[in-house]
Amino acid sequence: MTTPTATPVSFGRRADDALGDDRMRAAIARGTGLMLERRHGAIAELANVDELRDAGSAIREAALQRLPELLERWSDNLGALGGHVHWASDADEATAIVAGIVARRGAKVIAKGKSMVSEEIHLNDVLERAGAEVVETDLGEFIQQLAGEPPSHIVAPAMHKDRFEVAELLSADRGEPVSAEITAEAAYARTRLRQAFLDAGVGITGVNFAVAATGSICLVENEGNGRMCSSLPPTHIALMGLERIVADFGELDVMLNLLARSATGQALTVYTNIITGPRRPGEVDGPEELHVVVLDGGRSALVDSDFSSALHCIRCGACLNVCPVYRQVGGHAYDSVYSGPIGAVLTPLLKPTDAGARELAEASSLCGACTEICPVRIPLHDLLLQLRHRDARSDASRLRRAGFWLWSQAWSRRWIFRSMVLVARVGLPLLRRLRWLPNIGWLGAWRSGREMP
Amino acid sequence: MRVQFFASCLVELLRPDVGAATQRVLRAAGHEPVPVAGATCCGQPAYNAGYATEARRVARRTLRALGDGDTTCVVASGSCTTMMSHHWPELFEGTRDAAAARNAAARTVELTAFLTGPATGDSADRARPLESGDGDTGEAHAATEAVVVHDSCHALRELGAGATVRRALADAGQTPTDAEGTERCCGFGGSFSVKMPGVSVAMADEKLDNFAATGCEQVTSCDLSCLLHLQGRARRRGMGLRFDHVATLLDPQT
Repeated sequence: MTTPTATPVSFGRRADDALGDDRMRAAIARGTGLMLERRHGAIAELANVDELRDAGSAIREAALQRLPELLERWSDNLGALGGHVHWASDADEATAIVAGIVARRGAKVIAKGKSMVSEEIHLNDVLERAGAEVVETDLGEFIQQLAGEPPSHIVAPAMHKDRFEVAELLSADRGEPVSAEITAEAAYARTRLRQAFLDAGVGITGVNFAVAATGSICLVENEGNGRMCSSLPPTHIALMGLERIVADFGELDVMLNLLARSATGQALTVYTNIITGPRRPGEVDGPEELHVVVLDGGRSALVDSDFSSALHCIRCGACLNVCPVYRQVGGHAYDSVYSGPIGAVLTPLLKPTDAGARELAEASSLCGACTEICPVRIPLHDLLLQLRHRDARSDASRLRRAGFWLWSQAWSRRWIFRSMVLVARVGLPLLRRLRWLPNIGWLGAWRSGREMP
Repeated sequence: MRVQFFASCLVELLRPDVGAATQRVLRAAGHEPVPVAGATCCGQPAYNAGYATEARRVARRTLRALGDGDTTCVVASGSCTTMMSHHWPELFEGTRDAAAARNAAARTVELTAFLTGPATGDSADRARPLESGDGDTGEAHAATEAVVVHDSCHALRELGAGATVRRALADAGQTPTDAEGTERCCGFGGSFSVKMPGVSVAMADEKLDNFAATGCEQVTSCDLSCLLHLQGRARRRGMGLRFDHVATLLDPQT
């Protein structure tokens, strides 16, 4: 239906734009296909994958049930080690806390590792406005920073770009050509980013899991940049969503096993950083100060809701890779930090007042591939359906609501239904023969790319 | 065996021949199908769009027509079967039709699942290779042309019926085959097909290209809705693929 929406550009419009970008679509199809293939291999190695997924799902559920207790224990333990925990209820508070630390430390250059929470709170904008130079050091994020674009995939931020586009961006940054070979591109980025690590007064990273029993934070990555950001600069600030907690290392083991296999098809990521407090006396490296900023950002409101399982997500990206809609349009069409099925679920939940975000529940054919692949068994397509049910009552389109009401009145009466069957039998053959049909509403939408049934 | 037969609204409205074929297939298998008098639709279009009250209003019509007996109800559609067997109990929970809905859910079964019986999980469930180098047996169903099976998402993921369509075809002497990416959605998705027509059609295009790459011209599925969407797109593109419901291919009269 071509109803105007409150947002200037709808998902449908952005998706249609994306469909015209063959180069991006080819890169996404290739990238997601490769990630799925690797994941398949890594999952196939496991004899007890169903049990592991059950365990992962149970761990996530239990964590939410004991969230205040676990967070407090973790925070106490980290505090005892000399780390600082900051609680931020929303993006403004979180960015103010980070900006405050950066200002106090007098940092001019910030080396930043991959962090979806930092994207969620638009941290770079705030820090750059305050005069700091923020350098993204994850290769994909670095490419995106050069392109001036947000990440298009939660695990592989620049998946939608092929190596030739990457070479153009790197060449522009360097001021002389960088060859479109992956090794040459990585070599240039390595040289370029090394200086940022050395210059940085503050390193910022994300957090994959916090471990309550020891006060540790765990950060997984494959490039070593996360380790540099968290150990080289004198101050390390880590950002995490408040749901990312596990009780102990036994639980962490299960979660890391699921995460690495589901995300990148690895048994274990190349770097698995477990950071337990700042540098201690006598240690040769590590930051002088360690700060962890814990973001609520709408999460705590979900804990006791029908949508709490959305908080089980461990950000592996498998649902993006398997989603047939994401496969066609890529991540930017979602206009959200979180794209794909989990993004279509999380975005409207974390931004309940955003009408554009609500529309994302429609960005799915409800095929269920996301639910099938989710390592922690989030019923993603059921959640999308539930969101539609929740929003149908407040649906902006009265016409649509009236349409379904009218339909239900007609089809709950057999005689009307039978009459419509008779009309269809006479009318459809005529309709098919008509060369001209009014292209309005659903009829027009169907006929925009398909012949009449 | 006497069974109830629910054609689905789409079959009644657009392709009554599929309903007739389904009944012939059931009779040929020794059953006695009785169309559910007074049924209209399972309510899925409204349910998947988020309109539970409207879905319930329509589904109640069909639920009451089904009655409260213990006869198996055979449905010529994977997605309607899913709606009835998976979602009806929830939809009617707390209403006076709750018990009837649970009863209906338990005895509703998709056509090919019914024909092939309880899943055995053996290797016969797999699609056969494309080669058809058998001698012509002269049987009505010894079609040597391979048939591409389109897995509908409901049938594949909710019912586990991906195998039964293939098994039913193989049992009838046909050669079911798989296209690449067979587990990927075709883009129909009910109202999705008209709310997001661009994405929906792009998804169909990939499917159609994969069908064409098998070299087969005949596509089949246990869901008419997917087939109408794919057929509509294939015709627009001028592709020579043929789309028939699995009941039509199993029909002794075809």
